[in-house]
Amino acid sequence: MYDVLVVGAGGAGLSAALSALKETQSVAILSKSYPTRSQTSMAQGGINAALGNSGEDSIQSHIDDTLKSAASLAEESFVEKLCGDAPEAINWLDSIGVPFSRTKEGTIAQRKLGGASASRAAYAQDFTGLKILHTLYDQVIKSNIELINEHFMINLIVENEQIEGITALDIRSGEVKAIYAKSVILATGGYAQMYHGFSTNSSATTGDGVAAAIRAGAKLSNVEFVQFHPTALKKSKILISESARGAGGYLLNAKKERFTDELAPRDKVARAIFKEIENSGEVWLDIRHLGEEFIDENLPQEVKLAKLYEHIDPVHELIPIMPIAHYSMGGIEVNAKGMSIVDGLFACGESADHKVHGANRLGGNSLLELIVFGKESGKNAALYAKELTTFHNSDKQLQKDRELIDSIYNQDNSINFYERRNLLGESFYKNAGLFRDEEGLQNALSFLEDIKDELMQMGISDKTREYNTNLVELLEFRNIVELSEIVLNAAIKRKESRGAHFRIDYPKKDDDNFLYSAHSYRINGQLIQDFRE
Amino acid sequence: MKIAIKRYHNQQTSINSYDVALKSPTLLEALTYINENIDHTLTFNSGCRSSVCGSCAVSVNAKPQLACAYKIQEGDLIEPMRYFEVIKDLVVDHNPAQSTLISSKSYSEPTIPTPLVSQEKEKLNELQSDCILCGVCYSACPVFETNKDFLGPFALTRVWRYVSDDRDSAKQEKIDTIQSQGVWDCTLCAECTIACPQEISSKDDILKLRTKSAQAGYSDPNFSMGMNFGSSMF
Repeated sequence: MYDVLVVGAGGAGLSAALSALKETQSVAILSKSYPTRSQTSMAQGGINAALGNSGEDSIQSHIDDTLKSAASLAEESFVEKLCGDAPEAINWLDSIGVPFSRTKEGTIAQRKLGGASASRAAYAQDFTGLKILHTLYDQVIKSNIELINEHFMINLIVENEQIEGITALDIRSGEVKAIYAKSVILATGGYAQMYHGFSTNSSATTGDGVAAAIRAGAKLSNVEFVQFHPTALKKSKILISESARGAGGYLLNAKKERFTDELAPRDKVARAIFKEIENSGEVWLDIRHLGEEFIDENLPQEVKLAKLYEHIDPVHELIPIMPIAHYSMGGIEVNAKGMSIVDGLFACGESADHKVHGANRLGGNSLLELIVFGKESGKNAALYAKELTTFHNSDKQLQKDRELIDSIYNQDNSINFYERRNLLGESFYKNAGLFRDEEGLQNALSFLEDIKDELMQMGISDKTREYNTNLVELLEFRNIVELSEIVLNAAIKRKESRGAHFRIDYPKKDDDNFLYSAHSYRINGQLIQDFRE
Repeated sequence: MKIAIKRYHNQQTSINSYDVALKSPTLLEALTYINENIDHTLTFNSGCRSSVCGSCAVSVNAKPQLACAYKIQEGDLIEPMRYFEVIKDLVVDHNPAQSTLISSKSYSEPTIPTPLVSQEKEKLNELQSDCILCGVCYSACPVFETNKDFLGPFALTRVWRYVSDDRDSAKQEKIDTIQSQGVWDCTLCAECTIACPQEISSKDDILKLRTKSAQAGYSDPNFSMGMNFGSSMF
């Protein structure tokens, strides 16, 4: 039994574990792959903090920008914590060796991202997330923290509304185990793979922790807010960084004319592009006028990706792009300590809703959130565990989940879930994407209901126990299906437009009815959703 | 387009041929296509699709590659990476290779207070810290043919990353650690450099670490052995 079990090994999970270690030696991190393969590795742009190294800035400006972008759905005290702790978070990353880009004076360089009133994002070329993640990983392997790699969490173990650990599939052996812990921190990432085939996310970003949390009695909030990134490659859906537009790139329509302000906030640019694709059929990113020398020096990754995946050379050709799903603003609702309503169940990172992004996240705030709230939840989970006196050690959930996995092995397999996963992704992009309305959302919901009815006919072809990725992908798909229903219902109930949630049939903000977050939870299996403070 | 995949499934090894009905796909797109449409039992790892998560490295015609960064050719033979133990099909065990990060002590020991880092100093390990731990260099390194205890290219590159960083306070300890099974066991063949998807040259980093080692008073044990051997000839 551990004092603290961290599920998920990206930036949030590793920060949480390192922070918990200051209070207790009994800490383990569970990953369904290996830590450095986490979604954090894909973050490019930067991490915000009002350091003022590249022009004047203040914590208050950072707070103001974040609140403005959140469109009234952020909690002011949480935003104050995020922005107030930011300089210290960067100093800590600096102390453990994150190779940040530097100013001439030798301080950490900062650049301006969308929606920011100052050059606030510390960065490490275009590999900010990668370098933070690997540096944290190096600190973790130096420590005594146990790494439990290639284990897939199936469920949380909860007895008398208190967390007792998790059940997990040991992917290598195929065995279902119980891993007991006095506190559990979910740092499992977002759920934008709901938009399968239309998402910048890693194929592993399937909301496993968020789905397990609501099954275990936790509340989710703000799940209807999904951020779309304006520029992904049209065919492969690989992200082209905002830095291409930041450096002066144009967006062109089918007539090769500019049609929007390229540097407006993400939600606005993404909607403008989507609309233009509907109207004129095509949108391109044009960086040709920046010149070969500049492009080679400043945007080498973009060139590499465009050549490899779209077969075009951006120095001489237009890059075909489209906006696709990028980030889940909502997640597991937590208090200031990072704890959910289930005693001992903490959450941080993209899987949590810390009420700092509200309806629209600012670029550079997600990496920051991983560090600030990762550390906070790690510390609090350890303190909680140290004070815990009662523990039940029940194996009820373990028995249940062993039966669940056995039943999947024996289940009918007449419907290909991979095909349904792709169709669900398309349906989400079309009906629950940048522009939503009642009819589209209801269509998506009814398609989802069909999939739910067919789930018992979606089994696995691989009947071996060892390293069964067919089984893992089915479990991930089931999590996506579970969360899809919650997201669609929340989007249907929010009959207004705010931040990333845009309703064609309710194009205005409606503060009288929807100034609050939508909370989703289950009572006796029944999904309840309400808008309350 | 047809590709062949060496499989290890249910304790049985086979080479299976698959017809991939896609136009000019990456290997990862081809593997995903096979898994979704032809054979759901095909086992491999993947993640980001854009060469930063390091999940999808396999061997293509005996060369280690990231599946997401390689365009398939007619008749390609796909196998699990060599020098890694095969778990199933294309999936290998990365734990032993990653344990070299622990034995080489390739992590930072902070200096208090944290010193500033000049732009010039930052460039000393900018490329090295692009490493994605995909294991490609490890699989390309011929030293593992005869010596499985070698620390290997990515761990030594990571040691260079921290040894070249003014913020690290345990440089001497790191240099001490890489004398055995480390910098002097490399043959400087540069296979790691040729294979690295991030264009990192572990060979160059090992050479720089040899210089640091010499400055710390260490010398090439092979060289001194050779000298002694040579002098006894006369």
